[in-house]
Amino acid sequence: MTLMMRAVLLVIAQIIVLLAVSPFIVGLIRKVKARLQLRRGASVFQPYADLAKLFRKQPVVSTTTTWIFTATPYIVFASTLAAGLLVPVFTSTIPLNFAGNIIALVYLFALGTFFLILAGLDAGSAFGGMGSSREAIVASLTEPAMIMSIFAIALTTGSTNLSTIVHKTALLEGIVTDPSPHLMALAALFIVALAETGRVPVDNPATHLELTMIHEAMALEYSGRYLALVEWAAGLKLLVFLTLIANIFAPWGIATNMEPTALGIGLAIYLMKVSGLAVLIGAVESMFAKLRLFRVTDFLGLAFILALLGMIFFYVLRG
Amino acid sequence: MTFLFAGILGIYMAGMALPLCFPGRPRIQNAFAHGLAAAAGLVGIGLGLAGLFAPEPWTASAESTIPFLTFAIRIDPLASSFVLIISLAGLAVSLYALGYVREFYGRIPVGVLGSLYNGFLLSMTLVIVADNGFFFLIVWELMSLLSYFLVVTEHEKPEVRYAGLFYLIMTHVGTAFILVVFLIFFQQAGSFSFEAFRNPQHVLPEGMRTLAFLAALIGFGAKAGIVPLHVWLPYAHPAAPSHISALMSGVMIKTAIYALIRVYFDFFGGQFPWWWGFTVLIVGAVSALLGVMYALMERDLKSLLAFSSVENIGIILLGIGAGMTFQTYGLKEFAALGLVAALYHTVNHAMFKALLFLGAGSLLYATHTRNMEEYGGLLRRMPWTGLFFLIGAVSISALPPTSGFVGEWLVFQTLFLSFHVPTVLLKLILPVAAAMLALTGVLALACFAKAFGISFLALPRSSHARHAEEVPWSMRIGMGMLAAICLLLGLLPMVVVPMLDRVGTSFTGVSITDKVVALNGWALAPVNVEFSSLSSPAIALGLIGLSVLGLLLVAVFGGSAKARYYKTWGCGLNLSPRTEYTATGFVQPIKRVFSTIYQPTVKLETEFLEESHYFSKRRLFETHIEPVFQKYLYDPIVTFFSAMADRLRVIQAGSLHLYLTYIFLTLVALLLMAV
Repeated sequence: MTLMMRAVLLVIAQIIVLLAVSPFIVGLIRKVKARLQLRRGASVFQPYADLAKLFRKQPVVSTTTTWIFTATPYIVFASTLAAGLLVPVFTSTIPLNFAGNIIALVYLFALGTFFLILAGLDAGSAFGGMGSSREAIVASLTEPAMIMSIFAIALTTGSTNLSTIVHKTALLEGIVTDPSPHLMALAALFIVALAETGRVPVDNPATHLELTMIHEAMALEYSGRYLALVEWAAGLKLLVFLTLIANIFAPWGIATNMEPTALGIGLAIYLMKVSGLAVLIGAVESMFAKLRLFRVTDFLGLAFILALLGMIFFYVLRG
Repeated sequence: MTFLFAGILGIYMAGMALPLCFPGRPRIQNAFAHGLAAAAGLVGIGLGLAGLFAPEPWTASAESTIPFLTFAIRIDPLASSFVLIISLAGLAVSLYALGYVREFYGRIPVGVLGSLYNGFLLSMTLVIVADNGFFFLIVWELMSLLSYFLVVTEHEKPEVRYAGLFYLIMTHVGTAFILVVFLIFFQQAGSFSFEAFRNPQHVLPEGMRTLAFLAALIGFGAKAGIVPLHVWLPYAHPAAPSHISALMSGVMIKTAIYALIRVYFDFFGGQFPWWWGFTVLIVGAVSALLGVMYALMERDLKSLLAFSSVENIGIILLGIGAGMTFQTYGLKEFAALGLVAALYHTVNHAMFKALLFLGAGSLLYATHTRNMEEYGGLLRRMPWTGLFFLIGAVSISALPPTSGFVGEWLVFQTLFLSFHVPTVLLKLILPVAAAMLALTGVLALACFAKAFGISFLALPRSSHARHAEEVPWSMRIGMGMLAAICLLLGLLPMVVVPMLDRVGTSFTGVSITDKVVALNGWALAPVNVEFSSLSSPAIALGLIGLSVLGLLLVAVFGGSAKARYYKTWGCGLNLSPRTEYTATGFVQPIKRVFSTIYQPTVKLETEFLEESHYFSKRRLFETHIEPVFQKYLYDPIVTFFSAMADRLRVIQAGSLHLYLTYIFLTLVALLLMAV
């Protein structure tokens, strides 16, 4: 098997894993929330059925919209999946490591956000505009925190490339092993993940009430296959963030070589890690109420301060 | 080179003279003025490329009878890269102007406008290639004056005259500081030639060096539009005709960036204390953040773009500041990287800002208003303008895989390399600057999502927008050219970086092409592939491939049902422009979150019906944001000078006899001093 072929196969495998696992994560969070509310809840595989149904349904498109509206689901889907390909999933050395570092990942997500904001405005209803406007402020507050936490991690590993970070951490080679910058950055990134993927306490994915929704409001006019793509992309984004957290902060178990057994173990452990994080998110969503939009500022400011402290700790601890 | 340079000079001169020869024939004037300018742009591209790849800088000079003034020209890599920027933008803008200027037929003398336009382009080119301080000041002043005349093209409007005056004063304050810089160098070198300035044997005394540094930052900063000297941009850029605004915002303010690099890296030979880079960095970060924040609040599309120029100048200064910091500590490769990043963003900004201003000009041409609240739904009526504006908006929001993304990515990487700097303060400040850049980036995204979304999407908000029509071909070609360049600059960094690296090499002495361009040109990897890498062609291919995957998934999972088209649900009411989100509404949460900076005031007056207090007859809503700099910095200065002038009026009574007495007294005093 040539190197090139192996790379292509790995990329395809990664695409399949990401696409296949993301609805499961969404279903799992819903299940956990249902159980915590003493409901039985739908099966964890319900989101697959939802997607399949949406794909088959006839979409209704507003007559006010332009090509931006119909192109956006594809752009959002592609940019989110592209971001996912920059993250090591079950093996620490990914073939697309050269394509972009973590800044590229942040900006690929931003590409999706930009077009979703436009799509929200395109139909001309007040709901979409409201969602777009709120998404803009939430995105602007999360990004600095995200960049700072990335930098804190980059400092400890001497790299901003995700594959290198994960690989080095997994082998505990050539990194600064003091835990405090890591822990600070972890907390910051967890908050960022909640905000970026539209979870409680920043946004509520389960509501269609105009006072509370952000992401759902932007996607309100979508139906049929377009909605399927947007929902799948939202699930993917959630999964990519969970993958980031799991593999940056606890990469152990990930395949560090290309042995089939190592890859198998890597995949199994990966599924366990993201499932664990999904349960955690479900619990967080059940324990906290959604914050008022203008309280979100403080919450995300906290993330920024944590990440900044992580960086300062790094320098202080090393003199 | 001689031939190319003479060609540019000749064509621009012809472009200045010929339009004036056909009074009252606007079509011919237009064709001559902008056709010749476009030709000169083409020649200029050749000159820029030739200069960039020439082994030695090309020089020429002509003596003059005025002491210290030599018409010296020197085209080194730095000058070449800026000649290239001016010429590329000049070419596209000239093509655009062929159509756009028709708007002015019969209203204003097109010949004069075209002649000034050519002169403006020529003066900018000469500023870049001048190799003598005296000569530089003359062409700099010429550039400022010509742009002033262009700004006041529509001088019958009082707000245009005010904008012109504001610009004229600010630019002259700047020139005064620039004069200080050159005089300091002159005093030491004994000549105005740049060769003497950069001679390392004349070491300026410490105090003089500091003074020159600060004066250059203020003087050129006033032209570039750094905070707090940025206040003229949102006045002058919207007031000028749009193709002129495109040049002013895209290119003219870059001449100040050129001059800053020239002074700091060339004249000072890259020798400076750490706090210089630090100061530039802070100025850059503050300009970037405040620039975009004020841009967000604008409803006038051209003012929004002008504020956004402040932001982008800030980003460029972040690159330069980081480069200067590294230079101080002898980290020459990183210094070169900082310069390359700054120059990359300079090129990018010139292209997408010119594109966006041309787009704004097209909207103005089609709707006769600059107010975004009166646009809406224009993508349907103006599909090409919309597409080009979208490309510009995506680029300026630094989204992959366009040019802005690559430029900002390089600035980010430069800032991230700060852990190599030995000072802890700088180690901490540079990443914080990176975080500010991140905030700037997302706010720019919000700003341009608003600019595009409110202007081009949803329902038309006024009859202007309902009856808009696509602009003529020449305007579309001009915009299309810039849009294509924006995409290419994003996809081909492996071509652009080596070109800009020649500039970095000429100042730092090290070439970073081999280190930055990795994997046969497929990726950019500052320092090494382990630390960071980016392959914008791969990202572009990935995005296309995965979009196709999306289409495939839709096909596989049976989404073949034809879409049904129906009106947007308006909660049972008919949807109208009044139910849409407005530009003001869109940014309201941001205004509220950052209210410390904006200090918004809201006035709501309600007049009730006499019969009942539950029904209002009339409501008046007013909202403003505080123009902080104007109120607390400029107004006091203006008041002070007005008061001074009032006092001085006593000695200027208008009587000829009195003035003759003054002359006599001065003469006596001078004679006494001579004795």
